[in-house]
Amino acid sequence: MRDTLSVLPLTVTDLVFAAGGRPLVDGIGFTLPKGGLTVLIGPNGSGKSLTLRLCHGLLTPTSGVVSWAAADGVVGGVKRHAMVFQKPVMLRRSARANMLHALAAFGLSRSERATRCAEALERFGLAGLAERPARLMSGGEQQRLAIARAWALRPQVLFLDEPTSQLDPGATRQIEEMLMALRGEGMTLVMATHDMGQARRLADRVLFLNRGRLGEDAAAAPFFAGPASPEARAFIAGDLVW
Amino acid sequence: MDISQSFAAAIGLILGGDPAFLAIVGLSLTVTLSAVAIAALIGLPLGALLALARFPGRGAVIVLVNALMGLPPVVAGLLVFLLLSRSGPLGPLGLLFTPTAMVAAQTLLVLPIVIAITRQLTEDLHGEYREHLASIGLTGISAIPTLLWDGRFALATAILAGFGRASAEVGAVLIVGGNIAGYTRTMTTAIALETSKGDLPLALGLGIVLILLTLAINAVTYGASRVGARFAG
Amino acid sequence: MLTKRHLLGATTALLAFGAAALAQDARPAATAATPAQAGTRFITVASTTSTVDSGLFNHLLPLFRAKTGIDVRVISQGTGQALDTGRRGDADVVFVHARAAEEKFVADGHGGPRRPVMYNDFVLIGPKSDPAGIKGSRDIAAALTAIQTKAAPFVSRGDRSGTHQAELALWQAARIDLAATRGTWYREIGQGMGAALNTAGGMNAYVLSDRATWLSFRNRGDLDILVEGDRRLFNQYGIMLVNPQRHPHVKQADGQTFIDWIVSPEGQKAIADYKINGQQLFFANASDTGA
Repeated sequence: MRDTLSVLPLTVTDLVFAAGGRPLVDGIGFTLPKGGLTVLIGPNGSGKSLTLRLCHGLLTPTSGVVSWAAADGVVGGVKRHAMVFQKPVMLRRSARANMLHALAAFGLSRSERATRCAEALERFGLAGLAERPARLMSGGEQQRLAIARAWALRPQVLFLDEPTSQLDPGATRQIEEMLMALRGEGMTLVMATHDMGQARRLADRVLFLNRGRLGEDAAAAPFFAGPASPEARAFIAGDLVW
Repeated sequence: MDISQSFAAAIGLILGGDPAFLAIVGLSLTVTLSAVAIAALIGLPLGALLALARFPGRGAVIVLVNALMGLPPVVAGLLVFLLLSRSGPLGPLGLLFTPTAMVAAQTLLVLPIVIAITRQLTEDLHGEYREHLASIGLTGISAIPTLLWDGRFALATAILAGFGRASAEVGAVLIVGGNIAGYTRTMTTAIALETSKGDLPLALGLGIVLILLTLAINAVTYGASRVGARFAG
Repeated sequence: MLTKRHLLGATTALLAFGAAALAQDARPAATAATPAQAGTRFITVASTTSTVDSGLFNHLLPLFRAKTGIDVRVISQGTGQALDTGRRGDADVVFVHARAAEEKFVADGHGGPRRPVMYNDFVLIGPKSDPAGIKGSRDIAAALTAIQTKAAPFVSRGDRSGTHQAELALWQAARIDLAATRGTWYREIGQGMGAALNTAGGMNAYVLSDRATWLSFRNRGDLDILVEGDRRLFNQYGIMLVNPQRHPHVKQADGQTFIDWIVSPEGQKAIADYKINGQQLFFANASDTGA
């Protein structure tokens, strides 16, 4: 019953977000069906993070529509999309308490919280760190905890904003493996990244943003083989559009 | 010479266990800790609310609260005095010249400190937590419990600042308490009294005891919050 | 987890402490409303710094409590302020020393009748160096004239207290118009007797004090009595009940019991018995109805 209803597809239409009169996201539109890992790439300031936040509901669009198949991405009174940030937000508590806090915010019963918490700690290899103050863990452990914490909320869609940009290669690799596993289990992932190698390794689909506009929306393989637009080509080549 | 006499007086007071002296110390602590507890109970949520809420005039309220941190104790005392006097609006309660009146006056002194520091700390912490909390549905005032709990060790400083102000002041408790021997006489009013009696060594001796007490309470709180902060990261 | 629990415990204890303090205070208030119930019986007396700072009340109150079971809470203020406290109904009994102000208090219907209790006298204190050269004089008016002429520093209470009012009357008796002639030598401090003595000691100034406070004062430094014994330095204390018609909460019965005891032979003897270093501080004269 829990997963019979899907919040997907997500339809984004003419999305605009302006600050100080300047449009930072400027008329973006796309549809996100169930499944797969979509990567948002583009130069700094192209609107990747803003787009994720607008979809997740952290920002209110200046105009345009973010429309979930179920209103606001909520099914059965529970929000079914979650987000992981570039710099993991760790509460000043133990790893376990961080997890329990988010579960409590979702209004789950005490026993349900305990079950899910144990499950998530176990799955993401954090059981041994459960009582450690979260802010004293390494960057990789913190990001793993952030993903575990989001996962425990059973989202159908997980938004990730450059989750590995501050991590060393080893930790990055660990996170990537986790994301692939989640995708394999049917979770829909939307990730902004600056790391072209990572985009190539993980993406099923690419949204290329440039100056707040959607420059290209393509399946990953053809995109990386040869982008249609000159801007995307230049961006992948690693110059010009920066 | 007066100073050494004062230290002797202080040591005598501490070791002597004179019941009248112990009653004064007890009352000082009871009044001040009660005032601080009440101010914390009101001020912590209010400060957090001020940090998160957006309403017209918010800036003015913040300036006002910050300014009230400097409210002269005598003025706080006078306000409470006028309220509680038999001829004042709350006169029928018969609370003037009681420890309750002293708690009320000191609460008035401590409250702006707790609100102002809580507001600042909570606002900073919220800046760090906001997106995650919003992501899990804790927007607006529903974020307050999380912020207060996670800020608890830093907030201990706000409470301590309030305690310091209350335990050191004499103006307010003198006006609303009346410095009645054995009933509303505190460390500070006793110091004022002994000074006016010209017994300066005893006055300074009482002062030394007060400083030691304040020092002890600060040390314990500081230590606890350091240990706790290390635990919480 | 341990730390959290400790913190919770401490917070709970703190709150319980506060609640206990409040509960403690609620009791006397309840007693006031229903005097028949058991609890602390007490009255509030507004009195002067001289009676408190000199230790007289510390001597009298235990005797009174032993006899009647009534606690007396004394607020020590200047006479003017103490009469104000009575006027507002914040005390049950007023025990002060400024006859004219007391008679006005009674005439205005704030309380009474006024009963004379005791007297002592004022003394003119000053530095042993005595720049005005008044030591040993028994003429207070001449002494004040000398101080004014030499512009020697003089500390005034300046707080409408009984002593302040007496001081102003003495300047008048010396035919000195303070408003016209005062200069920087005349320093009003607006504080109690002890503070005035401390200040005078600090600036080698003259100051008028009641004898009782002077005798119990510990920080004399270079100060000494320079003028005493003038008839005009007489200092009479009076006591009166605050008008219960005007302030219904005034504890008429217990307040009257206190007044009756103070002017009774027993109370009067207790006052006469109070001595510091063998010196009697106050002279009971309740029987002198003209005082």
